[in-house]
Amino acid sequence: MDSGTTAWLLTSSALVLFMTPGLALFYGGMVRGKNVLAMLMKNYIAMGIVTITWIAVGFTLAFGGNSTIGDWSVVGNLDLWGVRDVGLGNEIFGADYPDMLFVAFQMMFAIITPALIAGAVAERMKFTAWVVFIAVWSIVVYAPMAHWVWGGGFIAEEVGALDFAGGLVVHINAGVAALALIMVLGPRLGWRRDAIRPHSLPLTVLGAGILWFGWFGFNAGSALAADGAAANAFVTTHVAAAVGATTWTIVEGMRHGKPTTLGFASGAVAGLVAITPAAGFVSPLSAVVIGIAAGSICFYALQLKFRFNFDDSLDVVAVHLVGGIIGALLLGFLAEDRIGGLGDGLFFGEPQLVWNQFLSIVIAIVWSFVLSYGLARIIDATIGLRVSEDEERQGLDLALHEEQGYVLAD
Amino acid sequence: MKLVIAYINPFKLDEVRDALKETGVGGLSAGNVQGFGRQGGHTETYRGAEYEVQFVPKVRIEVIVDDGDVAAVVAKIEETARTGQTGDGKIAVLPVEDVVRIRTGERGTDAL
Repeated sequence: MDSGTTAWLLTSSALVLFMTPGLALFYGGMVRGKNVLAMLMKNYIAMGIVTITWIAVGFTLAFGGNSTIGDWSVVGNLDLWGVRDVGLGNEIFGADYPDMLFVAFQMMFAIITPALIAGAVAERMKFTAWVVFIAVWSIVVYAPMAHWVWGGGFIAEEVGALDFAGGLVVHINAGVAALALIMVLGPRLGWRRDAIRPHSLPLTVLGAGILWFGWFGFNAGSALAADGAAANAFVTTHVAAAVGATTWTIVEGMRHGKPTTLGFASGAVAGLVAITPAAGFVSPLSAVVIGIAAGSICFYALQLKFRFNFDDSLDVVAVHLVGGIIGALLLGFLAEDRIGGLGDGLFFGEPQLVWNQFLSIVIAIVWSFVLSYGLARIIDATIGLRVSEDEERQGLDLALHEEQGYVLAD
Repeated sequence: MKLVIAYINPFKLDEVRDALKETGVGGLSAGNVQGFGRQGGHTETYRGAEYEVQFVPKVRIEVIVDDGDVAAVVAKIEETARTGQTGDGKIAVLPVEDVVRIRTGERGTDAL
């Protein structure tokens, strides 16, 4: 084992965990003041619940061997349940770092992925329904997809698609689940009638900064080594965030006359999302292309929710689903064998990867949508997904948590 | 005694306070309020969605003065809070029956 790699992955695991509080602030600032704690809590509870589901069965379903249908490995087995037989050495995975560290690093991804969905259900979803949803979702939807892409499953092995740090597993997966929940939940009271505005953009901008910071662990850590590939992923990640933020700001300035802080923060996140599948496979100049695409296309994608009458409250679909698709698809064009060592994309002479990427995106969308929609329907029919109208008017902080984010005096 | 209530632009608060102190006013209260008048509202844009915000932030100041000082205080607020643009605000004068200084129990003009 390599102590440099081990040190970097320990650090990266902490960086990735720190993204969830960052996400909580990013979302928390965008809701009304009466719902700020409920929003923070929907993110933080993922750190509680998904840690438990991950240690119990999530990890083994994703990385514990192969259960196959024909030649295709579709899920792990239960050999590593409770991570009992994961040791301090590297006997299972044979990597340059301890097997137990892989449990930790992957756990932080499993935590933030369902937390991403929280922005779509803001200001109206029950806390209990949310807890049930992310607990089941992290096992049934997330763990198998992590297996397909990173655990020896068929998307990597048979379809031949690439996903460096989670374009499919994290962003498309969460974005599609967000869409499914929105369709079952319905819009907030007063949506499109009242001015439902962000209550504290400084929180949001701070949260975006923390996300940007933590994303270095997410992407550069996904090199699973402290080496040149990690450095390349570090640079492409930063470049895509910077270009995404700048592009969004320019497009917004041209369209509406004024650049906004929320626009800059949104563009940074869109750029980070889009570079995620590609960070270790493309050059910094390709990251510029990905940043421009994410910063402009996600900006226009936001408007679609009004056409479909989907109250995607904090634009999870437009940023994570659309941004994830942009990154995963552009990777098919921009991948370079000299960087990632896993083949070239169309622009470097190999058209096959575009098709593989496209196919993997379709598979991820169908899988996540069908299961997420079904799960949302089941929860809605049993314990109910949504708070009562009175609770929604009162605000979720008081109605669900009996506390307030801001008190008038003292 | 009279209660003078003035709705003014927030950026005028310090100036008005200083001017009133000069005229001998012993104290005042101020708070943030939102309202609308001829100025109307304004537009805010969040992620490309434009919202018409009908209320404008203003500051409400309240000062209780002796009858003889009302004209001077009102004139001072008028003079310092005016920019000449719509949205400069309004001043109202109301009769006050009694005033109590809580610490000492003084009443009427002694409590001012």
